[in-house]
Parts: sequence; C-alpha cells; structure tokens
Amino acid sequence: MASHSHSETVAASEVAGGEAHGAFPPFDPETFGSQLFWLVITFGLLYYLMAKVALPRIGTILEERNDRIADDLAEAEKLKQETDEAIATYEQALGEARQNAHGIGHAARDKAKAKIDADRNRIDADLGETINAAEAEIATAAAGALADLETIARDAAEALVDELVGGGTGKADIAAAVDAAMKEGL
Amino acid sequence: MAEAAQADSVDPIHQFAINDIVTFGEIGGVKIAFTNSALFMVIVVALIAAFLLLTTSGRGLVPSRLQSMAEISYEFVANMLRESAGTEGMRFFPFVFSLFMFVLFANLIGMVPYFFTVTSHIIITFAMAMTVFLTVIIYGFWRNGLGFLKLFVPQGVPGVLLPLIVAIEVLSFLSRPISLSVRLFANMLAGHITLKVFAGFVISLSAFGAAGFLGAVIPLALTVALTALEFLVAFLQAYVFAILTCMYLNDAIHPSH
Repeated sequence: MASHSHSETVAASEVAGGEAHGAFPPFDPETFGSQLFWLVITFGLLYYLMAKVALPRIGTILEERNDRIADDLAEAEKLKQETDEAIATYEQALGEARQNAHGIGHAARDKAKAKIDADRNRIDADLGETINAAEAEIATAAAGALADLETIARDAAEALVDELVGGGTGKADIAAAVDAAMKEGL
Repeated sequence: MAEAAQADSVDPIHQFAINDIVTFGEIGGVKIAFTNSALFMVIVVALIAAFLLLTTSGRGLVPSRLQSMAEISYEFVANMLRESAGTEGMRFFPFVFSLFMFVLFANLIGMVPYFFTVTSHIIITFAMAMTVFLTVIIYGFWRNGLGFLKLFVPQGVPGVLLPLIVAIEVLSFLSRPISLSVRLFANMLAGHITLKVFAGFVISLSAFGAAGFLGAVIPLALTVALTALEFLVAFLQAYVFAILTCMYLNDAIHPSH
C-alpha cells in the first residue's frame, strides 16, 4: 500500500478506484453509492424473479407431486380394499363349494354302499337258492343210490346164494339177511 | 504499473478493492458507477435465476437431479421460515429465500480465485440487515399496532427489574442490524484475508529455492484446509443470516414472548 500513489488524480483512481484514496476498501464511503444503487437493482430483480416466477413454479411442482402421491396412495388403498373383498368372496365361495363337494361325496358313497349291499343280498339269496337246490339234488341222488344199493345187494346175494346152495332159499329170507347185514355194515 | 501489480499479488486487501468499470455520473452528489462489485451482483442474480428457472422448466413430476436441488433449496428455506415464524411467516418467504440465495451465491462465487466477494463489503451486508430490521419494525407495528412494543416487555419479570430489562431488550433489538451485518461481513473478509495471507506465504517461501519449496508445503496444506473451511463458512453464514431473519420476522408476527 505504501508503494501506491496517494494522489487524488482521476488517472490514479482509474487504476485502482478504492485504493487511490488509501482507505480500507470495505470502509471507503466513495463506493457506497454505487454498491447500494446496484444492490437495490439486482436484489430487487432477484426478489421479483423469485416471488413472481421461480417460487410459485417450484411450489406448484411440489404441490402437484404431493397431490399425485396422495391420490396414488388413496387409489392403492381403494384397490387393496377391493382385493380384500374379492379374497373374502373367494374364500366364502370356496368354503361353500367344499361343503357341497363333501355332501355330494357323502351322498354318492351312501348310494354306492346301498347298491352294493342290495347286490350282495341278492347274490347271497341267489347263491343260497342254488346251494339248496344242489343240496336237495344231492340228497335225492344219495337216497336213490342207497335204494339201488339195497336192490343190487339183494340181487347179488340172491345170485350168490343160488350159486352156492342152489335155489330153494326164499327171497324174503335173503332180503331180511341183506337188510340186517346192511344195517350192521352201515 | 508492473510494480503495483506485483504488490497486488501478495497484498491481502487488494482483493476487496472496488474498481469502476463504467461511470454513469452522480445522483445527489454521490458517484454512481458500474463496478466490479456490481458486475458480481449481476452474476449472482443471473446464476440464481438460471439455476432455479432452467432446472424447473421441465416441471417434472419425477425431478431431475438439478430440479431436485432447486426443490431442496425451496424446501430448506420454507421449512426454516415455517419452523421459526409459523405459517403466517410464509408471506415473507420470497424475501427470506432471495436473501438466503443471494448471500449463499455471493459467498460461494467469492471462493473462485480472482472473483469479487459481494458480501465482503459492510455496506452490502448492512443494507440487507437494515432491510430486515425495517421490515420487522414496519410489519410489527402494522400488524400489532402498539402491541408490538410488548416485544420489549418480557412477561413474569419483577417490577423492580422491569426498567432495566426493557432497556436491555431495546438495546439488543437496536443492535440487531449491526450484529447481523457485521457477522457476515467480518466472516467473509477475515476468511478471504486469511486465505490470501497463507497462499502468499507459499509464493514468498518458494522464492528461497529448494528449502523454501519444502517449507511452502505447510502453508499450502493450510490453504487447502482453509479453502474447505471457507466453503463451509460460506454456506453457514448464509444459513445464519437467513435463520436470524426468520427469528426477527417471528418477533414482528408474535411480539409477546
């Protein structure tokens, strides 16, 4: 600073406006007028731009976004409620269907069982009849066979007696003997 | 001239010099000129306007990164004002927002080497502080009438102490524009002088050869650290200026505390 000229000439103030006076620049009243003048203009312009253009615009952007988010959240909430309702309806329908299916299955089983029982009873009855008939037939055949056996035994005994002693023996005696033998043998 | 330029390169005060670019003449005996300070005020306003208007021109529902920054600055100041002065304080939102952005951008642009720091001049910070001060007084009386004077009479103070307390309250109220403006001005001024002094050490020491180069490492490291600190201060002072403005405006809206 000491090396600087302290002259008040216009030429020196062109080189270094503030320093020409040797004052500490921030405290040099010479510059206050210009600074205040331009501060008023520039800050005024800034205030106008902020108040009229920039801030309303940003405010609108933020508001729209908040509205949109609120709307979307409400929409999501509504959809969720609808989904819950649909799920409840579905659960109810499923429960009913399950109950129906159970009923149908039960009825079908009962019906099938009844049919099987009826069939079995019928077949049992048929079989019983057939068995009875067969048994009766067997009994008849056995009785027939026994009766034949007696006749054959009597004839055979008669023939044998004839052969051994040669006639003369009464048929009645032979029959009595055969009967006795058969009773003893059987 | 060459000698003067060399002296300027290490003179820490030279960076605050105001040079006329165009002189317009005088208004009421006061010289009005377009100076380097005025140029940077124009640059500051142009940058703020460009930043806020260009980034939001898309009005994107999903914001781009830059639009996000514009929205964050909006919400930052809006929340600051709403928390300090309530919903009614939002009528001053454009004013507080303009102040905050102006101070912030002026401080940050001042960090660029060879750029002029508008807020390093007391007249600028004092003018802004007085605007806040007068806004508080005028709005305070307009809204509350004489009830605004309740600001100086805290409730629940014993009668004997009341005159003393009122005197202190009035004094502290009147000192607000001074403290508000000097805080910002002094921070900017001192920070830039400190930076320049340490950076000047680097140049001075380098002149002493190899040993000087090694010695210059320390002031260089300090300059780097101080630069980071000054960026913090640049933001912090803008924030402090804005939040104090919000609190003072709250006094105008709710004088009885």
